[in-house]
Amino acid sequence: MGTWHDYLKSEGTPPEWPYPIKFGEEKEVETDVLVLGGGIAGCWAAITAARNGAKVVLLEKGDVRRSGAGGPGCDHWCNVPANPLSRVDPDWWAEQMTQGPFSNGIGTEIQCREDFDTLLEMEQMGGKIRDTDDEFVGVEGRDDETKFMVSPRYGVGVGYAPYDDWKKPGYNPPEKRTNVVLRIWGSTFKPILKKECKKLGVQVFDRVMATSLLNEGGKQGARIVGATGLNVRTGEFIIVKAKAVVMSAAGPNSLWFMDMEHGGYSTMYSRNECGDATAMAFNAGAKITMMEGSAPYRIASGLKHKWYSGGADASYENVPLVDANNTKLPAPTQGWADGGAMFSNQANIINEIREGVKEGKYELPFFGDFAGMKPEEANATWNLMLNEESTTKVMVKTMTENGFDYKRDQIMNYTLIEFQPSQQYRDGSRSGGLMIDWDLMTNVPGLFGAGTSIFSPGDHSFAASTGRYAGRKAAAYAKANGEGKVCREQIDKEKERVLAPTKRDGGIEWKELHNGVNRVMQYFVSEFKSEKLLDIALEEIERIEENAVPQLYALDPHKLMRSIEDLSIITCCKVAIYAMKERRLTNARLRIDRVDYPQDNPEEANCFLTLRLENDEVKFERLPSKWYGNMKEGYEAHNKDYTGVYKPAE
Amino acid sequence: MANKVFAIPNVQTPSMPVRVNPDKCIGCNTCVEVCQIDVYIPNPKKGQPPIILHPEECWYCGCCVTDCPTPGAIEFNYPLPLKPRWRNKETGKISQVK
Repeated sequence: MGTWHDYLKSEGTPPEWPYPIKFGEEKEVETDVLVLGGGIAGCWAAITAARNGAKVVLLEKGDVRRSGAGGPGCDHWCNVPANPLSRVDPDWWAEQMTQGPFSNGIGTEIQCREDFDTLLEMEQMGGKIRDTDDEFVGVEGRDDETKFMVSPRYGVGVGYAPYDDWKKPGYNPPEKRTNVVLRIWGSTFKPILKKECKKLGVQVFDRVMATSLLNEGGKQGARIVGATGLNVRTGEFIIVKAKAVVMSAAGPNSLWFMDMEHGGYSTMYSRNECGDATAMAFNAGAKITMMEGSAPYRIASGLKHKWYSGGADASYENVPLVDANNTKLPAPTQGWADGGAMFSNQANIINEIREGVKEGKYELPFFGDFAGMKPEEANATWNLMLNEESTTKVMVKTMTENGFDYKRDQIMNYTLIEFQPSQQYRDGSRSGGLMIDWDLMTNVPGLFGAGTSIFSPGDHSFAASTGRYAGRKAAAYAKANGEGKVCREQIDKEKERVLAPTKRDGGIEWKELHNGVNRVMQYFVSEFKSEKLLDIALEEIERIEENAVPQLYALDPHKLMRSIEDLSIITCCKVAIYAMKERRLTNARLRIDRVDYPQDNPEEANCFLTLRLENDEVKFERLPSKWYGNMKEGYEAHNKDYTGVYKPAE
Repeated sequence: MANKVFAIPNVQTPSMPVRVNPDKCIGCNTCVEVCQIDVYIPNPKKGQPPIILHPEECWYCGCCVTDCPTPGAIEFNYPLPLKPRWRNKETGKISQVK
């Protein structure tokens, strides 16, 4: 009982589509601020815009209650230097976090300045951010006064930067730690955010994917005056007119792999997240940057067991790694004992372990040694960290029901069996996305970005704080600017594009199209790049657009959603290839290895490359590495009216 | 109907991201609403367990299990290649999720 096939067997007929079919029907809505994507960033944008007096509409492809990468939960509030236990100044910390090239100085400064306020607002709404039930008394990092729990992450170091000192005795003394990451109970957050949206009168449209942005007069690059959407259960077409739009849908995923079936379960990103934001913004004339660093894997892309994505590979955080004979491996796992140091993709560590196996020093398989940890630390790792983080919550439940006991057992590690760096970091791509200014607005007036839609995004607290900030700025923009005029011609064209797959009875289904595009990326946009290969890739994708896309068909609204996502993926792949072609150098930080340009070019390697469409023609622009200027000054100049933590009316 | 053999396409796999216990499920469709993927659709028969329509799109987030108001009505079912393993440190015995 339960599957479609079971139903067919028992009823003798397949179930009818359970929702009314409304292909071709239209709904029109008007608002001040429109938020596209109801994940963490989108919810915070909607809530904050509403609190700033705006009328708000929110479109979400799934259901806001649990949608997005942060829907299931979150265990760490990262980079929260404004918390009372922190030993670092928020502006200083933001500077440290952005020392490398290609950092998002604006997003990081916003995160460091405002994510503690954001967290306090989360608590105000009912989210759990402290050990108020005294479950973890005695755990290292717990502050008995505030009941905040500091995470071992980073220790005395700065961010994820690899460092070797962690092996020295006396490293990471408690009095020198930065205390810049807090452990939180994030599985409580998303349902609360939805409730708050409702309470504030945000008009939430669940199961509606945004499909395009509407420019004033239909002109690419002109002010954004709304967006179109598709109800993924009914097929109804939705037009929203808005004075400002916050783009908080997902950035480009699944360009190389389809995140599903045998290839890609166990991912950090759901099947729904596939670059809609990037594609919509690019088509509307917004500048996109850092797409040249796109690569097959972003964090935990699937294929194998993963720690954070529910597959239970002990290779990541807090839990010491040991070999088959319980010898500790020389791999730091961000625990207290390792000074918060991170394994990351340090080749020297991998080589040391590999040689150790050859010489008989270490024996496979390896394990995450829960049983070897102090019981209270193992408890905090299992029952707080893993029980609150994203898809690991259900892993904790399932493994416990199957007899796993963190006091007695060790979880098997798989990634090191093949002697690769932890796969979630191998070939990890830089995340391309929207280029934004100090208002988190793009070059297209009225279009704001937040969360993973903007370039080089961080994590949950980055999404929350940038969403909250974008909501504030979008509300102010809507107040200052009157209504814009949508262009019916643009709407009609979009409606035709979106509904085209429903007008065909057969041809190519979305899965084949997705895999076809992925294969082009696997063959021609691979480790080694050259003009010739990238040109073949572009030609192949254009051939797909010419021959396969016109055959794309969808039997129901769900398959139509997936089909439209494929078209976003095609756009994202093209943007990535254009950017890769434009980068004529070899540079590890950019993750570009051009066979035809084997030399580095420091000047080129230190600038941002942006792409945008003008009259459907790609325009490139280069910006210096620190184009956003002094972060403290930039932030302060643009936030003179910031009032801190929201004060609810009594 | 149960013994009739239909000519049907291959089953999408992994086919069962969750196991539904029809004795416990009250057919409230919370899982249908919570799932961001629409792995489920509601059963045409009111009060009956939902139908797993898109099992191969599941990302194993577990929200349907977490938010299910009837404990035990849905159980998580990791795909065969993804079932976690662990070892009893003292005895060395290796176990795996069923």
